[in-house]
Amino acid sequence: MNNKIKYSLVFVTITLASGCSNLGVEPWERDLLAKEQMALTSSPIDSALDDHIYFSKEASSGGKSFGGGGCGCN
Amino acid sequence: MQLVVDEKINRTANKTNLKLALTLATSALLGSTPAGAAPIPSDTSTEESWSFDSAFLYYSEADRVSAAEAIFNAKRTYSDDSILNLKLTVDALTGASANGAVAQPHVQTFTRPSGKGDYEIKAGNSPLDDTFHDTRVQVNAQWTQAIAINYTGSFGAHISKEYDYLSLGINSNIAYDFNKKNSTISFGLSHFQDTFTPEGGLPKPFTSMPLAYHDGDKSLHDASRQGSDDDKTTTDFMVGFTQVINRRMVTQFNYSYSNVDGYLTDPFKILSLVNTNGISQDYLYESRPDKRTKQSVFAQTKYHFDETILDVSYRYMWDDWEIDSHTVDTRFYIPLENGSYLEPHFRFYQQTAAEFYQPFLVQGEALPEFASADYRIGEMTAYTLGLKYGMKLSDGNDLSFRLEYYRQDPESAGHNAPGVLADMELYESIDAIIAQVSYSF
Repeated sequence: MNNKIKYSLVFVTITLASGCSNLGVEPWERDLLAKEQMALTSSPIDSALDDHIYFSKEASSGGKSFGGGGCGCN
Repeated sequence: MQLVVDEKINRTANKTNLKLALTLATSALLGSTPAGAAPIPSDTSTEESWSFDSAFLYYSEADRVSAAEAIFNAKRTYSDDSILNLKLTVDALTGASANGAVAQPHVQTFTRPSGKGDYEIKAGNSPLDDTFHDTRVQVNAQWTQAIAINYTGSFGAHISKEYDYLSLGINSNIAYDFNKKNSTISFGLSHFQDTFTPEGGLPKPFTSMPLAYHDGDKSLHDASRQGSDDDKTTTDFMVGFTQVINRRMVTQFNYSYSNVDGYLTDPFKILSLVNTNGISQDYLYESRPDKRTKQSVFAQTKYHFDETILDVSYRYMWDDWEIDSHTVDTRFYIPLENGSYLEPHFRFYQQTAAEFYQPFLVQGEALPEFASADYRIGEMTAYTLGLKYGMKLSDGNDLSFRLEYYRQDPESAGHNAPGVLADMELYESIDAIIAQVSYSF
């Protein structure tokens, strides 16, 4: 069973890695991706404020960016 | 009519002057000359430019903590695309926070963290310590630049100071673009060094909360302490992969490893020691391990429909305290007329309890090695519902408003509630409102 999972993971990784070279766009096709709303963090200020709230109210932090210390709120 | 036009010109001029003044002030602080030291209107900015973001946030829980937080961010982009980012954050916290003890059918008296006074909690109420007041100032600086073809490096520093807490941090990140910049792989490291000097000192784990001293003799208080300050270090490692899927879609995957070492106990939290009828006999200070290793995987996708944009992310976190958590965060960007937009937000969060979490201790049972009744490391489900409205002002600057509702539902992790505790609310829900105004110029 464990081996099956391992092989599936290796298979998925190889497929993803080889698939990625076919993914993507040409430089002149970046009209939509270049919009600031399409940035992965489109509002850094909102993210910073949210991270602070959830860091101090929940047991998890980080993931998207560093979830380190920074305040005595937790 | 003329008056209205004049006013408009004046207002635009004032805003331009504000941006100019800030540009000059920031440059003066950095000892650099802004591009063209003579007054230049902001809209003729060249490749080298400053941009400023500011926000004010108000967070308020019903009957508990309120916080106000202000952020001012200055970003300078140089002609070679290097970026300097400076951020100032100031926040103030006030209100009441759960102390960890359970509600009782009678009035309870607790000693304040300083040891100097006490407070009473009515029968049937969750014990909240209302002495929380704190003001924090944080400064972040980040420098990002190309270090070779397709390689981007970034380095940053962080300092945060509260009345009883100091945090110093550094971070660095390197990113490599390949496949026509459709793929990016990145590695990041950060290290934080924190020092905690809590009011009243550090209580000894599992010591009885002493009675308050009102004048003079504080020997009982001192006997319950093990020093005045302690340290904590946090080291994070992160590897990320970003992939453009097609013209409309981009995805990101991150793996993070975080190692926290040092004083991880909350010196303000206690546990009720109850008898078999559920009646409190004593209050003991909590005790947590001095190490915690957290790991997480994070995935995010953004998809551009014809007009709207969907942003979905998922995080799975697990640690050696046996806390697992799932977080789903979704935003949907809907453009309106004239550059304004609406953005609904939904977030779902669920965590399991730390292995040493317990809502109370029972008399006669052996003391565990570690215990905490802090609901934030107990079993919990939470969700956030929000809406943001943004608009483009006539001078091209951005103004936005965000209003959100956040609810936490702590749950029992299978602990029986003996005697009177069966009738008490041990897992009280928390409702909070988040309101924010942001202005970018």
